[in-house]
Amino acid sequence: MEAYFDNSATTAPCCEAVKAVTDAMTVCWGNPSSLHRSGNAAKELLDSSRESIAKCLSCRPEEIFFTSGGTEGNNLAVIGAAHRMRRMGKRIVSTAVEHSSIDETLDKLANEGFEVIKLKVDSFGRINERELFSAVNSNTILITMMLVNNEVGTIMPVQAAKRAAMMARSPALIHCDAVQAFGKMPVKPSALGVDLMTVSSHKIHGPKGVGALYIRKGVKINPRTFGGEQESKIRPGTEAMPAIAGFAAAARALPDTQKELEHIKMLRDYMVEKLTELGDVVINSPPDALPYVTNVSVLGIKSEPMLNFLSERGICVSSGSACSKGKKSHVLMQMGLDRRRLDSPVRISFSRYTTIQEVDALIQGIAEGKKVIRAVK
Amino acid sequence: MKEVILIKNGELALKGLNRRTFEDMLVKNMRRRLESAGKFNFTIAQSTIVAEPVDDSADFDEAVSRIEKIFGIAGFSRAAAVEKDMETILRSAEEYLAPQLLGIRSFKVEAKRSDKKFPLTSPEICRETGGYLLRKFPHLIVDVHNPDLVVTVEIRDNHAYIHGTQIKGAGGMPTGSAGRAAVLISGGIDSPVAAYMMAKRGLELIAIHFASPPYTSERAEQKVHSLLKQVSKYSGRITLFVVPFTETQEQIKDNCPEDIFTVVMRRMMMRVSQIIAQREHAGALITGESVGQVASQTMPAIACTDAVCGMPVFRPLIGMDKDEVVAISRKIETFDISILPYEDCCTVFTPKHPKTRPTLDYVEKCEEALEVDRLVKEAVEGTRFIHINAY
Repeated sequence: MEAYFDNSATTAPCCEAVKAVTDAMTVCWGNPSSLHRSGNAAKELLDSSRESIAKCLSCRPEEIFFTSGGTEGNNLAVIGAAHRMRRMGKRIVSTAVEHSSIDETLDKLANEGFEVIKLKVDSFGRINERELFSAVNSNTILITMMLVNNEVGTIMPVQAAKRAAMMARSPALIHCDAVQAFGKMPVKPSALGVDLMTVSSHKIHGPKGVGALYIRKGVKINPRTFGGEQESKIRPGTEAMPAIAGFAAAARALPDTQKELEHIKMLRDYMVEKLTELGDVVINSPPDALPYVTNVSVLGIKSEPMLNFLSERGICVSSGSACSKGKKSHVLMQMGLDRRRLDSPVRISFSRYTTIQEVDALIQGIAEGKKVIRAVK
Repeated sequence: MKEVILIKNGELALKGLNRRTFEDMLVKNMRRRLESAGKFNFTIAQSTIVAEPVDDSADFDEAVSRIEKIFGIAGFSRAAAVEKDMETILRSAEEYLAPQLLGIRSFKVEAKRSDKKFPLTSPEICRETGGYLLRKFPHLIVDVHNPDLVVTVEIRDNHAYIHGTQIKGAGGMPTGSAGRAAVLISGGIDSPVAAYMMAKRGLELIAIHFASPPYTSERAEQKVHSLLKQVSKYSGRITLFVVPFTETQEQIKDNCPEDIFTVVMRRMMMRVSQIIAQREHAGALITGESVGQVASQTMPAIACTDAVCGMPVFRPLIGMDKDEVVAISRKIETFDISILPYEDCCTVFTPKHPKTRPTLDYVEKCEEALEVDRLVKEAVEGTRFIHINAY
C-alpha cells in the first residue's frame, strides 16, 4: 500500500487547492494591478485570498504579505528586521535548531557585524527559558524562534520572547517561523506576542511556491526586492495568483485544528507504543511534541537503507530535513544524541489524511526492515 | 561561401598501412556522434577530414562542441569553403574572418597549396592575402612570430578553405580502435575519469555497476546513469550492466571478518565483472584505483584482488594524486555529479579498521565461508543492462 509519512517535507495538495489553482489559470487569470474587468476580478480574488489567510491567523488582512514560501518569508523577516533596526542595537537572539533558512541567514548577518546568539537546546530540543531571558539585553533588536521544530516536533516557548524583550527594555522585534505549526495547532501571532510570522502553503495541502509573512500593523521592515507597488512594496512583483488562490483555498479547507490534533495525538501514541514494542527503537521527539512530527532512531540500522527499504514498499519517510551521506542532522547533533542515534534517525510526519492502516503498514515495514537490513556496530 | 569543419587527425597520421582503417573508424564515430546535430557529409583527403553540412538544418555550434570531444582528432577548424579563385578567396577571407579580425591587433597568413595547379605559389598567396586584409582592416599589423590570429588559406582539390587559428581536439585514438573494455563504476570521482582516460586510448566502453538495495538507492543508480551519459560524450554509446549485489554483500558481512570486507567484496566484483566482460567480448577491466588512496587500494590489497582476474585490469589513475584526478573530472564535467551524496556499494559496510596488508592466504581462508560460485552465478544471472548515450 502507498503510505506517505513525509508531510513535514511537503503535503498532498487538497482538491480545493487544485480547483482554485486551475480556476486562477483558466477563468480568473488577470493581473490584479490591471485597471479593467479582468484585473478587477483578479484583485478581488487576491483580496479574498488575503482575508482567508488573515482569518486563519486571527489577524487583519493588511498584515498579510504574500511571498514565495517559507524560505523567502524567513529571509525577508530576519534580514528586513535586522537592517531596519540596525541603528538601535546589534544583538539577535535565536536558537541552535532553526531551519536552515533562518540559520544560514543569521550566519550572513553575523558576517555583516550583527552579534548573533543561538541558544543551546537539551536532549529533547528544548531551550532553557532562563537562558533566553539572560541572552536578551537592551541592545537586542530581533528575537527569532521557530514555533515547532521541523525535525523532532518540539514546541518552542515563543510567547516567552516578548516577555524577555520587555524585561530587558529592548526594542527587539519578535519573529516566529511557524511553517511547521500553521494549520496543525492554534497559531495566533497576537497571542504569541510576535511581530513577524512566516507560514507556507505546501505544508497545509496547498501548492508549492507561495507562503505568507505576517507583519504586525505598525511594524516596519526593509524590503529585499524592488520594482513595484505590490504587497505594499514589501514584496513587489506581479502576484503569483494561481498559487495564492490555491494557498487560500487550502487554508479555508483546514479542519478544526484542536479536534484534528486529538485524532493525530491518538495515532501518534498508538504508533509510538507499537514502535517501542519492536525493541531498539528510541523516540527522539519529546513526549509533548506536536504529534504530527515524530523522530525515532532504529538503533544499528542506518537511515538510508531503512528509507530505501520502506520506499520499495511504497512507504515514504525521511531521515531529517535533507538526506545526505555523512552529513548528520544539525538538530539532532545540537540535542547531543550519541552516534548510534545520530546514524539512524527516521522522521515520521503525519497529515490529516494519515490513516491507522497506513500507520500499521509503517510499523510492519520498520519491523521487517529491522530483520532484513544488516545492522552496523 | 559555405561553412565546413576541417578535421586533422592526430597520431593516426603516424600509422602505417592501417591508417585507412583508423580513419574510417574515426569517420564512423563522427557520423554517429553528429547524427542528431544535423546531416553532414564526410570526405577524407590528405590526412584531413572535411565535414560539410548537407543543408541549413545542421546545428553548427553543437556539431563543433561535439567534435571537440571525439577522440582521434588532434585539431580542427571552422572554415569557409570557396571557389579556387584568388579574387573570391580575398573577399571571402575579409567577410568570413571579419568578426575575429576586428577583435585583435596582429595576424599572419599561412598558405597550404596541395593543388599544385593553382597559379599562385604559397608565399604569393600569403602576400596577396596579407596585403588585402591590411588594406581592409587598417588597425591590424603583421606579426609572424606571435600573432593573435593565424589566417590559413588551404588550396585543395575541390575548394579553397579559409580559417583562423586551429582549435585543439580531444587527442587520443578513435573509440573502438583498441577494442572493448569494461569499466567498474561506483559513482565516485575516480571511475568516470578512468573510463575517460581509457576511452581516449581508443577503447570502446561497457560499464558495470553493483547495486545493493536497500543499502543503495535508485538515486545512486541514476547518478551512475548521469555520469556515464557525460562520459559517453567522449566515448560514444556505453552499455551499462547493473549487477544485483545485496546478497553477496550481506553474506560477506555475515560470514567474514570485518577487517577484510572490502578486499573480499572487490574480489567478488572482479569475478562477476570478468564473466560479464567475457560474455560481451571485452578484453580488459578498467578501475579507478590509485595506489594507497584507501585501504583496499594498497599494493597487497590490489595483489589479492588481481589474483582472481584472468584478464588485464587497467588502472589509469594508479600513479595519480587525488587533486590530479579531480582536475580531470572537472574538465570532463563529471565532478559535480560524482559528489552527489548517495550511498554506493563501496561504502555500505565499510569496516572501521580495514586490513591494509592482507595476504592472499588469509583472504582465501576467509572466503571459504562464502558460497562463492553460487553468489557469482546468481549475480551474473540477475544482471540487467541499459544503453546510455549522450545524444
